[in-house]
Amino acid sequence: MPQHVRVLLFARYAEVFGADVIDLSLPLPATVADVVGRLRDHPGGAELPSRVLCAVNRRQAGPECPVEPGDEVALLPPLAGG
Amino acid sequence: MHLSNASLDIDALSGRVAARSRGGIVTFAGHVRDHHEGRSVLRLQYSAYEPMAEAECARIVAEAEARWPVAADLSHRLGTLEVGEMAVAVAVGGAHRDEAFAACRWIIEEVKRSVPIWKREFYLDGTVGWVDPTASPADSARA
Repeated sequence: MPQHVRVLLFARYAEVFGADVIDLSLPLPATVADVVGRLRDHPGGAELPSRVLCAVNRRQAGPECPVEPGDEVALLPPLAGG
Repeated sequence: MHLSNASLDIDALSGRVAARSRGGIVTFAGHVRDHHEGRSVLRLQYSAYEPMAEAECARIVAEAEARWPVAADLSHRLGTLEVGEMAVAVAVGGAHRDEAFAACRWIIEEVKRSVPIWKREFYLDGTVGWVDPTASPADSARA
């Protein structure tokens, strides 16, 4: 049964999606790659690069990282601090 | 707190890592420069995934203090900065200079590598762009 995942968007990704939060409905558990794949179908999703840096619960997470109900997923554009 | 919306104070940061046993204090200050890849920059805006950025800064300080016998601290500005303003500050105190220089260098590279902060540049010609350090210069010239 589909459950909701809250995805946070920042900087250029927030601009291309026109939102800084998107609530996705998808079967859980899923992976980071599943979440990113679903976002590619959203308006603006075609602007995402082939590899997207992600975080789950505020830690960087690779494409195979599991996403459980209640997790905080974030898509991170290329980092530019310092 | 490692993120700040107010001007950074590198003397205060340096004071936090000073001690009678620490004879070497190294500081690094990164300032907003007036050009980027041949374009004139007027000002810039830093934004962050704030809870993760705070956690990453704390991890970097803790890891530096575990790798070298030093006390370390760092601050990063958020919000709108004019050319010349301090954007990031690192201070490291150690008994001797070698570990202080090494840890300071490692910290600033780690900040750039892992802290979720983004930079939007406002150029003299009126255009605006997100800085992408992973893009080749040719890519960003097209962007």
